Amino acid sequence: MSSQTATVGGGVVSAGVSGNCLSRAIKSTADKSLHFFVGLGVLFALWGVGIYIVTLNPTMSQFVDFGPLPALKSLPEMWENGIIPKALSSTGYRLGAGLGLAIVIGIPLGILMGRIRWFQRLTNVPFQFLRMISPLSWEPIAVVVFAGWEQAIIFLIAIASVWPVAFATASGLAKVDPAWFKVARNLGAKPWHMVTRIIMPAITFDILTGIRLALGVAWIVIIPAEFLGVTSGFGYAIEDAREGLEYAHLMGLVLVIGVVGFVLDSICVLLIKRFSWHRG
Amino acid sequence: MAIRGTEIKIQGLTHRYSSRTGVTFNRVDLVSPPGEALAIIGRSGCGKSTLLHILAGILKPTEGKVLLNGTAITAPSPRWVMMFQAPHLFPWMTVAQNVGVGLSFGRWSKEETEERVTEAIKLVELQDFAAANVQDLSGGQQQRVALARSLVMEPELLLLDEPFSALDAFTRSSLQKDVRNIAKRKGFNIVFVTHDIDEAVIMGDRAVIMAGSPGNIVHELDIDLPDPHDRHDTAVQALRTRLMATFQEAANYKKPESATLAA
Ligand SMILES: Nc1ncnc2c1ncn2[C@@H]1O[C@H](COP(=O)(O)OP(=O)(O)OP(=O)(O)O)[C@@H](O)[C@H]1O
Ligand SMILES: [Mg+2]
Repeated sequence: MSSQTATVGGGVVSAGVSGNCLSRAIKSTADKSLHFFVGLGVLFALWGVGIYIVTLNPTMSQFVDFGPLPALKSLPEMWENGIIPKALSSTGYRLGAGLGLAIVIGIPLGILMGRIRWFQRLTNVPFQFLRMISPLSWEPIAVVVFAGWEQAIIFLIAIASVWPVAFATASGLAKVDPAWFKVARNLGAKPWHMVTRIIMPAITFDILTGIRLALGVAWIVIIPAEFLGVTSGFGYAIEDAREGLEYAHLMGLVLVIGVVGFVLDSICVLLIKRFSWHRG
Repeated sequence: MAIRGTEIKIQGLTHRYSSRTGVTFNRVDLVSPPGEALAIIGRSGCGKSTLLHILAGILKPTEGKVLLNGTAITAPSPRWVMMFQAPHLFPWMTVAQNVGVGLSFGRWSKEETEERVTEAIKLVELQDFAAANVQDLSGGQQQRVALARSLVMEPELLLLDEPFSALDAFTRSSLQKDVRNIAKRKGFNIVFVTHDIDEAVIMGDRAVIMAGSPGNIVHELDIDLPDPHDRHDTAVQALRTRLMATFQEAANYKKPESATLAA
């Protein structure tokens, strides 16, 4: 986990430094967007070529709908008839609720792990063990334990994302310089100032990095989690399209899933940049 | 001139970090009248920083007590503020935010905070850096931010642990004068630790020399000179020579009983 944190920190630094000089900033933005569009273009080209090669075989001709153009064309239609907006709101709700739970539980858990030695020692092995269990393997158990599939899915998201948040919080706390507490106390800080003025700003970066990792995991887990039991969300919509043999829809949904994940991750990166104070 | 300062009374102060380590210093007694600037000099490791931490209420003494105007110091307070040997700035705050952080812990109005912060930043000549991130400052500039952060509190007692050791000779000498002047103007007490005999004479009203193991105060010297203590003044230079001689004598100091034990 710490190596991932460091990578993010490095990216943030280079962005901040090059931002000092306007012309260099413009050039670097232009470079970046050039790379962005070329990369995207290559991806679509490979996708198109792949499908073209597959459909050269006449028995595979129905696969033509899997291509990039049919997928793109299906998007306005699915937006109009409400498939995408509905999937966005159901999946978004489950993701938000699960991630919210993970943050509310994960941050205090991480603070306990980071501040209380015996708690850290006591929980280290169990938590590492639980972290390694694929969240989806909880699904059958969750369905039995919770009243409905909706709650079960939210539980899966929460349990998938609680570990990155908790571990990132703990590792952030471990890096807090004890001298900061000494200085603050010396200048008259009360206990709550330690939390709000020292601990929180010191580890916001680490918490956000943890949330970014958690979001990545949660977004990957939520789609298959929706394959069963529910009648809304992206997972359900994909299953529905597959059963209806609407392959253009299916690929359009895959595209939207990728874009939403990318946008959510970019928002996290922006927040991390905003709250980062780390240098080199 | 209103005297904000306090009488500091150190009584039988003894400290050891843990039962495994030796005694840092043993039964130190010292009185400093209101408004005095007191220099503590001594070899590295003789317990100067430890003594300052106890005066700041950050460390608890093993035995003995420190009284400020008769009240015992048992915890940190904005009324007695210490500037540490290292700057320890908050890296997520700007220079101005770092300087004002102590005021933000108390009940100060926005205007008053701004006014005091601006004044303190001006004093340490960092006006151009008020909005800068402290991580972009040099070591000496960071040390000046730490000084401003302590001065802005206008405490009754200011404790400085080798405050200017990271600065160039120019900045050092101007800040030595400035800090002494502020202390005299506002009337607060200073206790400062230094390795620099010049600094002791220029900033102090009195110097005490710590030595021995466990440490104690082995000599003291009144720096009875009219302000300003200018380093080129012959009287200042004479005192400097005397203090130097006393310090060298103290460096060879051995406690009578430990000398007997060794024999
Ligand atoms: N936290 C600590 N735990 C145990 N021993 C300590 C601790 N801090 C300092 N000491 C010991 O106490 C003694 C006095 O240390 P102190 O820092 O007060 O010295 P000093 O006079 O300020 O030295 P310097 O001039 O080098 O800053 C030293 O021998 C040191 O090893
Ligand atoms: Mg020291």
